[in-house]
Formats: sequence, C-alpha cells, structure tokens
Amino acid sequence: MSNLFPLRLCDAQVRRRGKTILGPVNLELDGQGLTIIVGPNGAGKTSLLRVMHGVERLSGGTVQWGMNDDHARERQAYVFQSPIMLRRSVADNLHYPLRLSGMARGEASPLVADWLARIGLQGQRQMQATRLSGGERQKLALARALIRQPEVLFLDEPCANLDGRATREFETLLLATRDSGTRIVMATHDLGQAKRLATDALFILGGCIHESAAAPAFFETPQTPELASFLRGDIVE
Amino acid sequence: MIKTLTVIASLAASTTFAAADDLKLAVTTSFENAGLADVLLPQIKADLDLDVQLLVVGTGQAIRLGEAGDVDAILVHSRKAEEAFLAAGYGTHRREIMYNDFVVIGPKADPAGIADDGSVIEAMQDIAEAKPAFVSRGDDSGTHKAELAVWASAGLDAAGFGDWYNAVGAGMGAALNTAAGMDAYILSDRASWLKFGNKAGLALLYSSDPALFNQYAFLPVNPAKHPHVKNDLVLQLEDWLVSDTAKDLINGYTIGGETLFVFNANAE
Amino acid sequence: MTEIFEGLRAAFWLVIALDPELIDIALRSLQVTLSALVIACVIAIPFGTYLAISRFRRRRLVIAVVNAMMGLPPVVVGLIVYLLLSRSGPFGVLGLLFTPTAMVIAQVIIITPLIASITHQAMRELWAEYHDLLISMHTSKWQRVKTLMWDGRRNLLTAALAGFGRAIGEVGAIMIVGGNIDNVTRVLTTAIALETGKGDFALALALGFVLIALALLVNFAIHWLSRTEREGLW
Repeated sequence: MSNLFPLRLCDAQVRRRGKTILGPVNLELDGQGLTIIVGPNGAGKTSLLRVMHGVERLSGGTVQWGMNDDHARERQAYVFQSPIMLRRSVADNLHYPLRLSGMARGEASPLVADWLARIGLQGQRQMQATRLSGGERQKLALARALIRQPEVLFLDEPCANLDGRATREFETLLLATRDSGTRIVMATHDLGQAKRLATDALFILGGCIHESAAAPAFFETPQTPELASFLRGDIVE
Repeated sequence: MIKTLTVIASLAASTTFAAADDLKLAVTTSFENAGLADVLLPQIKADLDLDVQLLVVGTGQAIRLGEAGDVDAILVHSRKAEEAFLAAGYGTHRREIMYNDFVVIGPKADPAGIADDGSVIEAMQDIAEAKPAFVSRGDDSGTHKAELAVWASAGLDAAGFGDWYNAVGAGMGAALNTAAGMDAYILSDRASWLKFGNKAGLALLYSSDPALFNQYAFLPVNPAKHPHVKNDLVLQLEDWLVSDTAKDLINGYTIGGETLFVFNANAE
Repeated sequence: MTEIFEGLRAAFWLVIALDPELIDIALRSLQVTLSALVIACVIAIPFGTYLAISRFRRRRLVIAVVNAMMGLPPVVVGLIVYLLLSRSGPFGVLGLLFTPTAMVIAQVIIITPLIASITHQAMRELWAEYHDLLISMHTSKWQRVKTLMWDGRRNLLTAALAGFGRAIGEVGAIMIVGGNIDNVTRVLTTAIALETGKGDFALALALGFVLIALALLVNFAIHWLSRTEREGLW
C-alpha cells in the first residue's frame, strides 16, 4: 500500500475570469502535525485548502498525493466555515459517510453512537440536524468528517461563527484528533487560535505563500515585515 | 430490442386470447345516446357470452377506426361513406339492421314557422329564409351528412350561409346543449332528442318526412386487410342482430311511450 | 344554480348508495392515474434530479425542452399516442389502443415533464445547499442523486401530487386513446364528458364532485402520511 503523504503542489494556480486567485504555489506537506493557514481576507486561504483537497479546478500546475487521486480523496475530509447539515437526523448525518463507503447500518451504529458521545449530542440523536445550534452543528460536521477516519482533515475557519465556549469545545476535539495521528490543515483568521493549535503555519498574501515556519518561531520572530505587521493586527494588503 | 418487442407483443396477444370473448364495435353517438345499447348489450352477453365494447364516435371517425383495423366492426348510418368503405375493401359486406329518423328541433315559438310545413324541403327553405340561429353538428358525422343532404335537396348550400348558421364540430349531445343555449334550430336524430335532458326552450317542430329516415347498417371489418380482427365473433354478433330476439328488443324499445327504431334487417 | 344543487344531491346519493358502477369508474380512474404516476415518477424524479446536479453541453436546451413539454396539449398527446398505437400505426401489433394501458401511456407522457420540471426546480435549491459537502465527500453521481431524492422527498411529494392532479383530471388524451368504453376504459372524466353530452348535467356534476372529492382525499391522505412521519422525527 502506498502512502498518502507527501502532498506536493507544483506551481499550482487558480485563475477565474482573468484574475489570479491563487498561486503559483509550491508546497510540500508531510504526514505530521497541525498546519495553520493565516492571512488577510481574500488572500486565498480557502482556495489553497480547496486546491489541496482536490475540489478546485486548477488553471495551472499540479497537485500530487503519494497515491492516485481517487484513493487519496477517500482518505481526506473537509469542514466548511458554515457547516452543511443534511436534512435528516443528527444520527443519520453521521451514518451518511459510512453508508457512502458501503458500511452496513448495523456495523455503523456503534461508531455513530461513539461519535455522538464524543461530541455530546447523544440526547439530540433523533433531532433534525438543521435545528441544532451553530456550535452543535460545527461539532457534528467535525464528527461527520472524522467518522471515516481520514488521514488528513482540512478545516476552513470552522470557528468563525462560534462563541467562546463552542470554540473551546471544538478546539479540544481538534487537539484530540491531532494527537490520534490525523494530519490537520486549518485556515483561521483568529490569531489566538492559530497560536494555541499550530505546530507550523503558512502566511498567505495575494494568493501566494509569503512566509512559512514552525510554531512558535512563526509567531515570535516573523521574517517579513508583512507578517510582522499582520501579527501586530495591522491591515495588510 | 426487437426480441423484447416480440415478447411484449406475444404477451399482449396471449392476454387478448385469454379474455377471448370480447370485440370492439364502433357506433355512432346517436345510437349510443338513444340508450338502445343498454338494452341490447346485456342480452348479447346472456345469449352469446360476448362482451361488445362500444366505441362511441361520429360516423367519420367510426369509418377511420374500421379502416385502421382498430375495431372489429362498425355500426353507422351514412350510406355513401359506407359504400366507399366497402369499395376500398375495408369491409366484407354491409348489413342493414334498423332505422330511426331525424327530426327538426327549434325554439317553441318557431320564428321560421316550419311546424305546419308539408315537407322537409319546405321546412329547410323556411329556415334559410328567416335566418334564425341554426346549429349544425359540423363534425362529418352521419347526422351532419344527413343535414347537408337535406339542405342540398332543398336546393340550398350550407357553405354559403351567414353567421346565423353555427357549425359547432361536436357530438349530438353537445350540439343540442349549444342549441338549447342559443335557442336555435337543429337537426337531430329522434332518439338523441328524446333522451336529451336539457331541452330548455326547445321543442320538436317537424318530423316524419320519409326523406328523414336514417338507416343503420352493420359492417364487419375485412379480415383480409386486418388479420387480427375477430371475424367469427363479428359474424356471431351479426347473426344475433338480425335475429328475432333483436327484432323484438329493437321494435319494443321506447322512450316516453315513443318507438325509436324500426327493425328492417332481411333474414338471409 | 339549481343544477349545481341537483348535482350535489345526486353525488351524495351516488356515494351513499355505493353505486357499483360509480365505484367501478372511480377505482378505474385511480388505477389508471396511479399507475401512470408511479411510472412517471420513476422516470421523472431521477431525471429531474440528475438535471439539477450535472453540467453537460446542451443542458440548458434539455431543461428548456422539458419545461416546454409541460405545456403539451393533452389532446395532441392523445392523438399522437392514438396514431402510434393504432393497428395501422408502428405499434399497432401490440393491440394496445382502447385499453387502460394506452391511457396510462398517454398520461405518463403528459405528466412526466411536469414532475421532472418541478423536481428539477426543487432539487436545484437543495443541490446548491449540498454541493460543496457532496463534492468534498467524493460521492458518485448516482450517490448524489439518491441523497438529494431522499433528503428532498417532501418536495418530490409536491411534484408527484401535481402530476396526480393533472393526470386524474385529464380528459382529452384518454378519451382519444381509451375510447371511453363502458366497463373497460371509462373513467370519471370521460364519464363526465359523456353525461354532459347527453345533457344530464346533474349526473355529470355528481361525477365531477366525486372526482374532486377523490383528488382531495388522495392529497389529504398523502399530506397526513408525511406529517406523521415528520412528527416521528422530531
């Protein structure tokens, strides 16, 4: 069996209507840690995540996993900024990815129950997922992403709409996931969260990777004036 | 694909054979509206164990159905069309069964004054002169053709009439409904008129000229053209239609005390 | 006005007396329409859903054609089916003209575009909502169609009910291809046309009221079923 990692981006580029949204980006990602992507709004954080996940059409360059794309896709999961709830019960939202992989319902049920317990939604298992609160939805979206035990998890500002308590619960789940060996790549605009979670970080500016380093050096000794001013809280263009 | 079709076809065919004893007979609206079928069909079922499925259409469509082979026989009343049907080889023969007659219906006040006329020719000329509203079937049916023939025999051409002449292109009942709504004159078969429930201000004004007799004939569809037609059942039905049982039922059928049909089949 | 009351009264007595002929005709109406509905749904719902999720050349043209076919005049559909099924037509050998099967075929042609179009509209919204998630989960086309059909089933019910309403009230096409044969192809609508032709407005109206009642009953029944399901989930 071949390895999923490393992921190699070679001159990856996304252009839409004549405007360059991302790239060219060159990047190699190995199988360890929690990478945080920071950068101003519109810098291309979401596009970079989508390119890595393989759901964004490339205008140039290549994205290459350690195995063929179809198999690679099955070992990845993605959590969106605003969670997309299937219009069915909380439990059925968790059943869904397992059904896609062809797992029988009986076999899936203990897994679903386990994840419901981990995210504290056992009591709402029969509730329509669309009726959950924002924090509960995002936890459910995370559980749904993780239930197929992906090797890499992408998250796009998952806590942007959550209050403090929900954010803390979400981060706890995320750290547990990292500790269990899942590779995490997460975009955030919350620098506090970035510092709390990162093992390494990327700074995206104008569609390109402007600076990257391991934490905490990334935050404490920025090498470029743009990152330094971004970390200070200035507006960077 | 062709195999599938053959399988479906043979299935369809086998189900038709399984429910053997039924046949399709195209009849004219005027026949069905008269209600005679309600008397004849149960007796046919009892005597022959045969379900006669009636397709109630105008004579024009009945003849088309026979030509296409979509029915097994037709019972219509338009001699010219019937003879053309036979001449083209679509039917095996023509058997006269019975006749009824056409009547002229109009508003009770009779503005054209036809009630006392001596002949239908005179009546039609009076109407053409007074130009009251007149409703024509206009659907190429037997009744429509009869109406045109009556106009022609009076030396008139319906095509040249003004807007008092309304060709509605509908069945007898619908045309009578229209006439009732417009308080108009109309040529109808007697049976449809007697059975008609919505007479409103209309009355029977003129009838009984032999020129208005309306002969019904039975024409089996030619099995040489359409091998699937149930010719043996059709012949059984024909034998029954000219039998004494049929004769008694047809002659004895009345509405409101009036006889509607006169049996005139020749026993062969 | 009196005729409407007459009609109501006649309808009342027909129903109370469980008139066997009426029941026969009403059941045939239901049988033909429900058969057509099931077949049309099996074709139209996956097709409409597929149209909502896929991007192919000429997709807009296909959608425009489907929408235009919603407006197909039933009488024309009836005439074409008639000519196709006639003994002298290409499918004459099947002997289907003037049978309930022919009526089902005509109704399927009439309601399939309607159901497909409503399905497409409803599924387009749901697809906009689900798009990113299902793409991210690397679902196959067929899995996407199944997911949308299942989660949008309440909308699909509306589509099916619209199809049912159009089919059960249809008269032009089934009159032509069925022939309105007593005990074989006579249904409520063709019986109404027949009784109107005879000038028996009371009976025609009575049948009309039975038809309306039947349509309402089916609608209520289906809505009631879907509501109990919803309450069960909450």
